[in-house]
Amino acid sequence: MGIRTLVAMLVIALVVIGALATQESYRVFMPGLLQGAVLTIEIAVLGSLLAIVMGVLAALARMYGPAPLRWLATVYVEIFRGTSALVQLFWLFFVLPQFGVTINAFVVAVLALGLNVGAYGSEVVRGAILSVARGQWEACTALNMSRPQMLRRIILPQAFVAMIPPWGNLFIELLKSTALVSLITLSDLAFKAQQMNQNTFKTIPIFTLVLLMYLAMSLVLTIGMRLLERRASIGLARGKAA
Amino acid sequence: MIWDWAFAFEILPVLARAAIVSIEATLIGFALAASLGLVLAVVRIAVPWTGWTISVLVELIRSTPLLIQIFFLYFVFPKFGVVLDAFTAGVLAIGIHYAAYCSEVYRAGFDNIPRGQWEASIALNLSAWTTFRDIIIPQAIPPIVPALGNYLVALFKETPLLSAIAVLELMQTAKIIGSETFRYTEPMTLVGLFFLAMSLVSAALIRSLEGLLNRRTMR
Repeated sequence: MGIRTLVAMLVIALVVIGALATQESYRVFMPGLLQGAVLTIEIAVLGSLLAIVMGVLAALARMYGPAPLRWLATVYVEIFRGTSALVQLFWLFFVLPQFGVTINAFVVAVLALGLNVGAYGSEVVRGAILSVARGQWEACTALNMSRPQMLRRIILPQAFVAMIPPWGNLFIELLKSTALVSLITLSDLAFKAQQMNQNTFKTIPIFTLVLLMYLAMSLVLTIGMRLLERRASIGLARGKAA
Repeated sequence: MIWDWAFAFEILPVLARAAIVSIEATLIGFALAASLGLVLAVVRIAVPWTGWTISVLVELIRSTPLLIQIFFLYFVFPKFGVVLDAFTAGVLAIGIHYAAYCSEVYRAGFDNIPRGQWEASIALNLSAWTTFRDIIIPQAIPPIVPALGNYLVALFKETPLLSAIAVLELMQTAKIIGSETFRYTEPMTLVGLFFLAMSLVSAALIRSLEGLLNRRTMR
């Protein structure tokens, strides 16, 4: 789908939210839902940052780490990709306290989502690094670069471009997964929706607004990643032409 | 002791029964997703003016959380007089959500069919229906089976969401055991291990299936 269509969809979504908010039956829910949306965004942003760090670390550990580290990274990736995000969230929330480790729900949410998406991300990072042309690696060796130098200066900047679209998809997945944190008592957008629904039974206005808000957030993310991709590949095209 | 084996064995049969509900939800949900996805992809080709509408629809479904969609079906449908029980509403939501993803997979499959196949079908005066059934689908489906398999596993891992509307599947059962006995370690860990085992086994199956299909389609 073209970036213009996405922008048009975003504008329509925002206009519809705005138009609905002028009606009394919808307006009453807006402050609470917006409050929830702020928490959703906070968790999504922090979770994404953790996911990027974990993804890069796990990928590098699996590719270049010493055996124990490689093994650890593989176990991490398999466990977090093999079980569902909700199970991980509940495990951290309910089981860890029984081992005497009590973390607050917000940290659990960021940890679970970040670790979960990071595991998928590590495969993205690994794939992108492996997709860098062989000649680039050979040239680095010929120039007598050390491995960290090679990765930092030559390989990762090129792999970065290939990583943007799949990371974009993962960030969307993460944003959508934040709805799960409502099940561990955090009052995010989904939680607010459910709470208001139980209090007022105004199901249609509440869930219509919530769906539109999630849609708007996803679209902002998709459009942002498209722009980033466009910007990052300008340099690459120039590099190829030269 | 933190891990109690006796307790773990005691709850195992209860969890096993709940696992059947999870697997049922997965299979029905995926059957729905795979068939609805195929319908979307075929309609898109057969009736070109629907293309834009379907893209927007797919984008809408993929951009909003599954949990909210489950709530939406479960709470909003009764307002229109359609009362669905939790299992039906949940499976329907999962099926529709993944149909959006599957339709994109099918589309990729159809896009990979060379134009000549379509043109040859027209030259042979085959109807659109025959073209799809006998020419296009048999060639388009085998290469995308692994991708569909990945969505089957992804869908399976989403079934714990049904616990949010109190379907008695694996996660909900584990939660109930936890709240009754104040022991969460064993039920939650067992549920995690169950998903891990199922995912690893299905990943291995998909990989061997991929190998098989690649060998068959290589000419």
